[in-house]
Amino acid sequence: MSEKSSMQIFVNGKPMPLPTEAMSVLALVEHMQLTGKRIAIERNGDIVPRSQFAEVQLQANDTLEIVGAVGGG
Amino acid sequence: MSDALVIAGKSYQSRLLVGTGKYKDFTQTRAAIDASGAEIVTVAIRRTNIGQNANEPSLLDYLPPSEFTYLPNTAGCYSAEEAVRTLRLARELLDDHKLVKLEVLGDPNTLYPNVTETIAAAKTLVKEGFEVMVYTSDDPIIAKQLEDIGCVAVMPLASLIGSGMGILNPWNLQIIIENANIPVLVDAGVGCASDAAIAMELGCAGVLMNTAIAAARDPVLMASAMKKAIEAGRESFLAGRMAKKLYSASPSSPTTGMIG
Repeated sequence: MSEKSSMQIFVNGKPMPLPTEAMSVLALVEHMQLTGKRIAIERNGDIVPRSQFAEVQLQANDTLEIVGAVGGG
Repeated sequence: MSDALVIAGKSYQSRLLVGTGKYKDFTQTRAAIDASGAEIVTVAIRRTNIGQNANEPSLLDYLPPSEFTYLPNTAGCYSAEEAVRTLRLARELLDDHKLVKLEVLGDPNTLYPNVTETIAAAKTLVKEGFEVMVYTSDDPIIAKQLEDIGCVAVMPLASLIGSGMGILNPWNLQIIIENANIPVLVDAGVGCASDAAIAMELGCAGVLMNTAIAAARDPVLMASAMKKAIEAGRESFLAGRMAKKLYSASPSSPTTGMIG
């Protein structure tokens, strides 16, 4: 494994190694096969608006919450 | 006669709001909600499953947001902070959607609301422009405080969430309704159609329920029963009931013209 593949973030409470260090939120969404899904993302406590997915670059140890709507009362 | 339910300036024909949890599958969810006639449906916000079944169907496929008004909730939140974060995510998820159901729980066994955390969350959410429908205890003072904060509807429990125990304190509900200048909806505790009708006869603006429908033996039939109960209860309230008296020397049939 090269140095470049060692970056890790946390998604929904679990560690996730990333294939590359330079990765946008949009690239992560594609990497996770969530493209086209209705989701919302919080990064380190702040909302990342969908319109900014391409611009926001992930940093090592970022903590992300990725959520969707499910049945509930 | 137009008798719309108005919440945050928007009119709804149905006074029955329903949850989307606990159904057998999405097909049954959809059938029950169609039978209920509900226009507002609650949804929960949860972490997406990672790395599994990317193509599994979602609730939104069965209940398109174009057909229903979504009411994202904070079910399962035990602090104001968690609730606020959840609803910020919901607003982003649903394209700047502002109408939300706030509930902050105080105890995992009873699911009784934590009113101090609820009040703290309501203050933040109202400040951030959310239209907050707030689940709370049947305490008239707290209900008034939540109205004063700027919530768009106050939703006291009839009894504990999922208990189906019906309306345990109609007198408190009556005080809350009499004092309120915003819609009061019963949220939680309704078990059967008569419970829903009683809530409406007390003057509630509407009723929000999930388990009473989803946990019925025939959820779709119960959804239909609830629709009728809400409508009957509302008409009964508007019509104004007769006075109760122990007995009456005034029979409904004429006292003259008797044979013999």
